[in-house]
Amino acid sequence: MTPQNESVTSSVGVKVVDYGIGNLRSAQKAFEFIGSDVELTSDHASIASADALVLPGVGSFGPTMEALRRLGLDDSIRSFINSGRPFLGICVGMQVLYESSEESPGVDGLGLIPGVVTELTGPVRTPQMQWNTVQLRGERPDTVFDDLGAEPWLYFVHSYAAQVGEYTIASCEYGQKFSAAIRRENIVATQFHPEKSSRAGLRLLANFVASASR
Amino acid sequence: MITARVIPCLDVDRGRVVKGVNFVDLRDAGDPVELAARYDAEGADELVFLDITASSDDRETTIDMVSRTAEKVFIPFTVGGGVRSVEDARRLLRAGADKVGVNTAALERPELLSEIADEFGAQCVVIAIDARRVDDGPGDTNGDDGAGDETAGGHPANTGQRWQVFTRGGRVNTGVDAIEWAIRAQDLGAGEVLLTSMDRDGTKDGFDLELTSAVSSAVTIPVIASGGVGTPQHLVEGVTIGGATGVLAASVFHFGEFSVAEAKSALSEAGVAVRPNE
Repeated sequence: MTPQNESVTSSVGVKVVDYGIGNLRSAQKAFEFIGSDVELTSDHASIASADALVLPGVGSFGPTMEALRRLGLDDSIRSFINSGRPFLGICVGMQVLYESSEESPGVDGLGLIPGVVTELTGPVRTPQMQWNTVQLRGERPDTVFDDLGAEPWLYFVHSYAAQVGEYTIASCEYGQKFSAAIRRENIVATQFHPEKSSRAGLRLLANFVASASR
Repeated sequence: MITARVIPCLDVDRGRVVKGVNFVDLRDAGDPVELAARYDAEGADELVFLDITASSDDRETTIDMVSRTAEKVFIPFTVGGGVRSVEDARRLLRAGADKVGVNTAALERPELLSEIADEFGAQCVVIAIDARRVDDGPGDTNGDDGAGDETAGGHPANTGQRWQVFTRGGRVNTGVDAIEWAIRAQDLGAGEVLLTSMDRDGTKDGFDLELTSAVSSAVTIPVIASGGVGTPQHLVEGVTIGGATGVLAASVFHFGEFSVAEAKSALSEAGVAVRPNE
């Protein structure tokens, strides 16, 4: 495995939002591995100065939103997204973009994507804790999937997911069909963990960083 | 779709791989990071590190190993062994582990599972169960004579056979029923079961499929089968008969008896969906 796009990625300042929960280090280390200038931060000025922002997610919806609000990071994230620069949400970092989740009734999400995150149902074990293929949508798949092939294998760990909707750029099937990745303007988000998806995931992260240098 | 995971397991002591590893092309076969990267490149779906470091003073070397692994290996990995508190779990997760395996400490204080799950999410809590067959005898308090009791459920394990949970590498019998313990651990917040048959461990006779099937049927969280793998076909049986969604092996991979890629080919040929090696 060799770092990809090093010349492109090293000039882009990637900030990973640190809200104190779970394994946030993996995302940081994956960006380091592909040669990015990356920093884990909860500092508002630092977030505002990022070329690209990443909201990783491990754990559950309610505690994540509570931590973001407590640290004032919800506003920092919103301001950053309003600036039009590239934003990547991962797993729970994708789910909190929605209005709410069945996982944590009564807790508001960031509300940047319409809809409610629902529990995975069907005759399957939960959490989904496995590699799965995603099906790319649209005539021209989103650029974050460049060079990943038609049906890339990616690693999922989750018990909740968003329905397929107008912003879905890739879907996945596990007991039911759900949104594996979404794109709304400068927001891209994945239910899978690119930082845990070996070469395919690192490729996707490099594609995301490349989008910040265009 | 539902897919199976092939999971090599590395035993580490003070940050070094133990139980010899026989890869001729590794510069340092005792370096867990190099070995982990090798398995990642071969297409392993996850890794498990079993930390057998005896002294807590030496635990820093484990944290350092986890941190160095997370810099080079971008597939999920679990670290088990010696996790006795939320703080132990926090240090491993912050260093870059994705999941922690909890075994003895959870038997002594089951709430530990809830505490870790509440703090970090159920997805990072693996209940590691070392189970051994016990004979139904006079000590059987269930009033179950074991005979003709094959009606309910209909799965192959429902034959009255029982397994109990052992600790200390299979030496100490806790007297706890393995299936009941798996269910309780799930209720307390475990997100996955790592199920090792102490009867089969090291035998190369294949998984204890009755045990695997009994636990897989009893819980709704994913189950990783472990103990006894000698051939790729054993991995297939763990999924198709045992109902496991993850299959773990150590020595067969370390000694190159078959590769992760060969394991996946066998699974794929048997109709089990697996991530193909790139």
